[in-house]
Amino acid sequence: MVSTPATPGYFGRYGGRFVAETLVPALEELSRAVEEIVPSRAFQDELGALLASYVGRPTPITMAHRFARAVDPDGKSIASLLLKREDLCHTGAHKINNALGQVLLARAMGKERIIAETGAGQHGVATATAAALLGLPCEVYQGALDMERQAPNVARMRLLGARVVPVTSGSRTLKDAMNEALRDWVTNVRSTYYCVGSAAGPHPYPTLVANLQRVIGDEARAQCLAMGGLPDAVVACVGGGSNAIGIFKPFIDQDPDVALYGIEAAGHGLDTERHAATLSRGRIGVLHGARTYVLCDDAGQVQEAHSISAGLDYPGVGPEHASLRDTSRASYLAATDEEALEAVRRVARTEGILIALETAHAFAALGEVARREAEARGRPARLLVCVSGRGDKDLGTIMDRTGEG
Amino acid sequence: MHRIDRCFEELARARRKALCAYLCIGDPSLEESEALALAAVEAGADLLELGVPFSDPTADGPTIARAAERAIASGATLTRVIEVASRLRARVEAPLVLFSYYNPILVTGEERVVALAAEAGIDALLVVDLPPEEAGPLRSLAASRGLGVVPLLAPTSDPARVEAVRRASAPPPGAPRGFVYAISMTGVTGANPSDLSSVSETAEALRSAFGLPVLLGFGIDSGESAKLAAGAPGAGADGVIVGTAIVKRIERGNTTEERASGVRALVSELRAALG
Repeated sequence: MVSTPATPGYFGRYGGRFVAETLVPALEELSRAVEEIVPSRAFQDELGALLASYVGRPTPITMAHRFARAVDPDGKSIASLLLKREDLCHTGAHKINNALGQVLLARAMGKERIIAETGAGQHGVATATAAALLGLPCEVYQGALDMERQAPNVARMRLLGARVVPVTSGSRTLKDAMNEALRDWVTNVRSTYYCVGSAAGPHPYPTLVANLQRVIGDEARAQCLAMGGLPDAVVACVGGGSNAIGIFKPFIDQDPDVALYGIEAAGHGLDTERHAATLSRGRIGVLHGARTYVLCDDAGQVQEAHSISAGLDYPGVGPEHASLRDTSRASYLAATDEEALEAVRRVARTEGILIALETAHAFAALGEVARREAEARGRPARLLVCVSGRGDKDLGTIMDRTGEG
Repeated sequence: MHRIDRCFEELARARRKALCAYLCIGDPSLEESEALALAAVEAGADLLELGVPFSDPTADGPTIARAAERAIASGATLTRVIEVASRLRARVEAPLVLFSYYNPILVTGEERVVALAAEAGIDALLVVDLPPEEAGPLRSLAASRGLGVVPLLAPTSDPARVEAVRRASAPPPGAPRGFVYAISMTGVTGANPSDLSSVSETAEALRSAFGLPVLLGFGIDSGESAKLAAGAPGAGADGVIVGTAIVKRIERGNTTEERASGVRALVSELRAALG
């Protein structure tokens, strides 16, 4: 089987390249570009300069004393809580790190047009932003349902000059937007660059996206060391899993003692059919070009995922997470819609930060993570959480659900 | 000799181009798909591609995607499609190619699928999102039961890729030699091809590279386009595969009889044009 660690594009038994033959040469071309262009001095210098001057990197680390105390009033399980502030990136989420890198790569490859898919709209906004900055036309596929749920981001993409294409097939959400983007790419593969938004999809996307998001973890690790030491655990929300893999990346091999936690969307609950917890409840399958965990039925039909957060309701997950799960290098928990809403409120009122609903899933699991780590280590744990994005885009959803801001 | 190889040998001897008809099994129902497949064979289809509906058909255009949604709603699954194949096998001699995306095969179990398909009298598998690099295990399993796995090539496949696919998809001992599926355009099924006039040359190049019959698919929707794509008798492609146009006839019919006569009319037109 194609599962040796040396096989490019494979993470254990996950990953690979399960696509229509038309796309194989394009993925081979992209793999060569990833190997030749991305490590080059010119590319890294330009990306580094833009990350600093345009995105606002490095993003800060914030100590969250009041939230930590709210989760752990007697201080028995949390020693410290650090927030890595990707919400302070230009466009309001970690997505810009990846979009900017990929659109730079597309330009270097001589591609004339950018396409992307988006769920919540953060990746769409990030890609539209990068395409505007670099002067390339951009089309973004978004599920019709998500366009309703995330109207402010649709307006932002249009203002940035992107064409937003409503996807009305299937569940009208992220997975269908990705199907439609793949169809566009099959049709226009020679001239078009497909900017994938998460660490998912066929090889080389999971590797490319993880390497572009690794900046989160590299910075956070150095910032933690400067503040007194590595955390005991790193926590991030997981839909496709790009912010999580980005912050996990430097710790995975280098720091085996640092525990890694990915938090999925449990929607209405893991025991209902309305969730997006692919790693907790999925089975091994192939979706959008990669072998990974997938929410699907006994016949292999992919199921609709559900989460209050449009950015998490994806029935697949990046293949590297599937491998980290199987090897137990990372643990995956899940938080419900209600728990995420409660976390948004609590973070806002204790820290003055309005976090995205995606991010809120990570915060909702902190009590459980802290309990586990404190128990395993015999002392209160130091936690690092990735604040993947800010919550302005979710105000409508939050108001609808709670009747308050 | 395997049924599929015998079919191509007979077609070659008769200097006849092959006509392969694709049906999305379960659209509108499993029973009716069986009847429609029989109608296609009676009207002149030489091979049948039995489509397993999939929830996320990324290589297909809106017509086949809609058919898949209807088929899934009617209860079609991979194993039920194989049951339809088994009933068809009792009534027709035409080679049966099981067309699927990979996830239904992986989730049902490769070994189980191959065993069921072999027992049902299916001759080959065609998995649209399983490039040969990932198809090794399935190809070995299939060969052990006398089944082929059809390789696909696209207009984006340069000579190096054609050679890589040829090496990776050489039929193992026990498998039929089968045919090569040449995608005639960069796009999804059912799109309008920009130019079909040169695809028969591509097919000829692929035939000499593989030493196998080459069927052209995607964008062929009428007798005229079938004839243009296939090229002259004794040259060009060995035949064509028609899917979306058949599915459209089925979609347009309001009754069982209308749907069957629509399929018969189109297949007869294609047959007459191909010679």
